Amino acid sequence: MADKLVVRHLSAYFHAVRALKDISLSFPENHVTAIIGPSGCGKSTLVRCLNRMHEVVAGARAEGEVLLDGEDIYAPGVDPVQIRRRIGMVFQKPTPFPAMSIEDNVAAGLSLNGLRISRAERDRIVEKSLRQAALWDEVKDRLRRPGASLSGGQQQRLCVARALAVEPEVLLMDEPCSALDPISTARIEELLLELKSSYTIVIVTHNMQQAARTADLTAFMYQGDLIEFGETRQIFTNPERRETEDYITGRFG
Amino acid sequence: MREPKRTTPRHLRSAAGILVSAFCAGGVAVILLLILGYVVREGIGAISFDFVTQLPHPVGVPGGGVSNGIVGSGIIVGIAALMAIPIGALTGIYLTYFGRGTFAAIVRFLSDVLSGIPSIAIGLFAYTVLVAPLQHFSGFSASFAFAILMLPVIITTTESAIKGVSRELYEAALALGVSRHQAIMRVILPSARSGIITGIVLAIARVTGETAPLLFTAFGSQFWELNPNNPMAELSLQVFTYAISPYKSWHEQAWGGALILILIVFAMNLGARIILKPKFR
Repeated sequence: MADKLVVRHLSAYFHAVRALKDISLSFPENHVTAIIGPSGCGKSTLVRCLNRMHEVVAGARAEGEVLLDGEDIYAPGVDPVQIRRRIGMVFQKPTPFPAMSIEDNVAAGLSLNGLRISRAERDRIVEKSLRQAALWDEVKDRLRRPGASLSGGQQQRLCVARALAVEPEVLLMDEPCSALDPISTARIEELLLELKSSYTIVIVTHNMQQAARTADLTAFMYQGDLIEFGETRQIFTNPERRETEDYITGRFG
Repeated sequence: MREPKRTTPRHLRSAAGILVSAFCAGGVAVILLLILGYVVREGIGAISFDFVTQLPHPVGVPGGGVSNGIVGSGIIVGIAALMAIPIGALTGIYLTYFGRGTFAAIVRFLSDVLSGIPSIAIGLFAYTVLVAPLQHFSGFSASFAFAILMLPVIITTTESAIKGVSRELYEAALALGVSRHQAIMRVILPSARSGIITGIVLAIARVTGETAPLLFTAFGSQFWELNPNNPMAELSLQVFTYAISPYKSWHEQAWGGALILILIVFAMNLGARIILKPKFR
């Protein structure tokens, strides 16, 4: 399998605190990779480094390489804005833009980037993205209603649709279900399995069952280190490292 | 099951606390209503169609109005708002999103200090930099003073309105490959809109009631004056002049002017609420 994203010797800092310690791993194309680990282990920091969102916070910086199709996104002269269009992200809390309707939310990535597209083209992208996010049937009759009028689970799928509308190659999900009820969570998980045929997906999760259910590969992180990385089944049934076993069997975290 | 006892010390303390705070809230409401009622009682007699459409008459000539003051207030405050809103709002945006170093800390500190400076001192400043060098009073110099008074209010409210918009929205926009500039202008500002507009209305309402800086800037005028380069009438200044005069007819007009001032500020607050009614829902 081809590696879509390759992380090489990545370290991330908040001021003087080193949150990621020399991480190296690869995310294969059209697979779901889960990153698990206890709170504060650096898993969110790692995904935020993958689309250069880490550096948006004051005092945060990263060192090392992240190769997208073989090209380092941290190379000098690379525009993080361009990278983020190729590597989309869904956050922990649903974040529909409150001043926008459902359809405007979906098209936000296009309109805010000043892309001039026809009304028909826009409608087509909105429908396609909402269908991909399994939300179309629920909202097709109220596209002009505010995004915030949806339920939490629908809002999160709206955010997935919004991320997909800019047609990224990679989708990063930072604990996308932690604010959702079990039914909404199940819908998002189904979605992941559908989406992986067209996207490379990285999901951070606190929920180990979620990783086991959705991910082809799982990375276990602890205190800024990548402890173990491999096939999900292998990680959950026969981990090589003691720390991994302790974590997945609930001995800590 | 038996009802729990309602007279434990905790319940008594709680009841007493609620009573005291309700009493304070009621007291505040009563004071505000008294002021409003008194101004209405004293001022309502002076108000007529002529009062808001006519120029002031000389002492001893009955009738006359404050039309020039109302228009003058509008022009002076309007120009002040035109100056203060963009500068204040942009400063607020800068402080929230870009100002991270010493410079931003200094700006924020100065803005706080500025909000505490007595308006008369700001009037003196306007006098020194505009009136004295140009050697004449002007409506514009009053606008300048007002703009300075409005700045800290707008800066602070803009900053807190933007901070009230969760950082997650900003990051969500960035994660779509939207530039920082677009994320702020098209996602954050619209979401912070009601807070920012409230701040602007507050600032306008605040200066509309200001008198002190006008004494040596706008100066006042008995005439119909629309050119802000000349001395201009202003409603609160007229109220002040009439109130300290020895003439009974002017006292009545002062109350009438005060009532109109209150109505204008009231209308602005009300207008802002109507504009701010959520677009959806």
